Amino acid sequence: MRRLTIAALSSVASFVVAANAQAAPVDPLKSPMWEHHAARLFGSDKIVFDPRVAVRIPEIAENQRVFPVTVDARSVPDVRRIVLFADLNPIPVALDYRLAEAEPFVATRIKLDQRTPVRAAVQTADGTWHVGGAWIDAAGGGCSAPPVSRVKGDWADHLGEVRGAQWLEKAGETRLRMTFRHPMDTGLVENIPAYNIEHLSIRDDSGKSLGEMEIFGSVAEDPAFTVVVNARGAISFEARDSAGLRFPGKVGA
Amino acid sequence: MRLDRRALVLAGLLSPIAAFAEQFAGKYNPLADPVGDGLWMVRGADEAIGFANGGAIANSAIIATDAGAVLFDPGVSREHGLALGALAQRLTGKAVGRVYVSHLHPDHAMGAAAFDPAIVHALPATRAELERDGEGFSDAMYRLLADWMKGTAVVLPQGDLSDGQAEFGGRKFRLLALKGHSGGDLALLDEATGTLIAGDLVFHDRAPSTPHASLPDWRKSLDVLAALPHRLLLPGHGPIDRDGSAIAQTRDWLDWLEATLRDSVAQGFDMSEAGELPIPPRFAALKAARYELQRSVSHFYPALEAELLPRL
Repeated sequence: MRRLTIAALSSVASFVVAANAQAAPVDPLKSPMWEHHAARLFGSDKIVFDPRVAVRIPEIAENQRVFPVTVDARSVPDVRRIVLFADLNPIPVALDYRLAEAEPFVATRIKLDQRTPVRAAVQTADGTWHVGGAWIDAAGGGCSAPPVSRVKGDWADHLGEVRGAQWLEKAGETRLRMTFRHPMDTGLVENIPAYNIEHLSIRDDSGKSLGEMEIFGSVAEDPAFTVVVNARGAISFEARDSAGLRFPGKVGA
Repeated sequence: MRLDRRALVLAGLLSPIAAFAEQFAGKYNPLADPVGDGLWMVRGADEAIGFANGGAIANSAIIATDAGAVLFDPGVSREHGLALGALAQRLTGKAVGRVYVSHLHPDHAMGAAAFDPAIVHALPATRAELERDGEGFSDAMYRLLADWMKGTAVVLPQGDLSDGQAEFGGRKFRLLALKGHSGGDLALLDEATGTLIAGDLVFHDRAPSTPHASLPDWRKSLDVLAALPHRLLLPGHGPIDRDGSAIAQTRDWLDWLEATLRDSVAQGFDMSEAGELPIPPRFAALKAARYELQRSVSHFYPALEAELLPRL
């Protein structure tokens, strides 16, 4: 996890990883950044483009600050990890989700800074990355404009407000939705340093981890996450931001 | 890269228009449908704003008067406004003497750039909203429409209209100062022909758009329009309404939309899932329905989550 964080933020690190990489398969989306991202994110792991990795997005980016993305790879067996990224964003990776007892499904909203591919890469138990995605057109500014709550000036009044609920997805599975009030500052806006939720941990009633998510500044302000976990009953979660603040919640208690 | 360029040059030799079709805007060629005595409707494309349609997606109306033509909604760009003005001159024999801007949205408002600001009128709320959002709209339209927008600057209308009777060049109008589609929505009843020009409070066979909507206010405004006797209705988007069905259709969509989005939050769907929900068959005739549903999800969903998801 730490290695991905460093690689995601440092082009120096990415060249080190790239040196070991085998050639990535030809990108069906013809992205100018595909080879770069493939090398730094997946190193020498095997990569396949896989239509079973569904990246469900609207046909229009109505709001480039809040662009909804649902990743559903439930028809791919043995998924262990999901990385959501937008090739041409200044902070390309939005989240890196390691599944413990969870279905390969995650929905959130991201920022878009220009027209870009939006992709999900899911890693199966054999180490192979299965990649899906699509282009979306967008106006600029999703990452480099100040959050709405910064403009309104009320972000601190609501920081850390947590909402959530759970639903039965199907037998033995729980759909969990979590929202947090947080500015998710990218560090790309003048005089506003990076400040974002960077980790989300989900546990069952016995404290066993169901999934762990690394979260980056390209996730939209006031982030929302939807996951499906293989557990029933009470489920607790806790987000942690880059200042060390913790935002816990529990549903189904 | 080189191959592409060579192919383009070759294509250009064979067919210069095709080769450059995506580089330069075409010409606006608005067409008028006669609606009543001295009143014409100019139909916009029932589509999203895009380079292919030059942003000419909103309906306009042209009304002949002794003091010059009245243009209700001057289009999206300076060139569009000029083309509508030339059409009004051809139809009425007089230049445009008064422009009404129904509300702030760029497909209706930015063509004001073609006219003297002194003759461009709107509700005070519309002027205030254009002061707030006009430059942002301008950026967005130049990005989407590029060359179609050339010469277009934000022109603020006089924010001097209010509810009540108006008269221009001997022609009597009833102005309605409403809101709900945006913070200020102007509708106009032409008394001579009984034609209600409803702006974007009414959509017809084209899904309503909601970027600045307040649904409770919108419903109240639809009540006002439905109670106002009229013979014909010109919607902001879509074909003329001759049988009085467009107000009810607009209300039906708004009611369905709100109920569907609330239910979607309550069922635990995220935004992109809500945007994929089935659209009932009774809306099959509505153009751009999926597109507007997904836009409306973006406009309303976070606030609905804040209202409906339990605080932990």
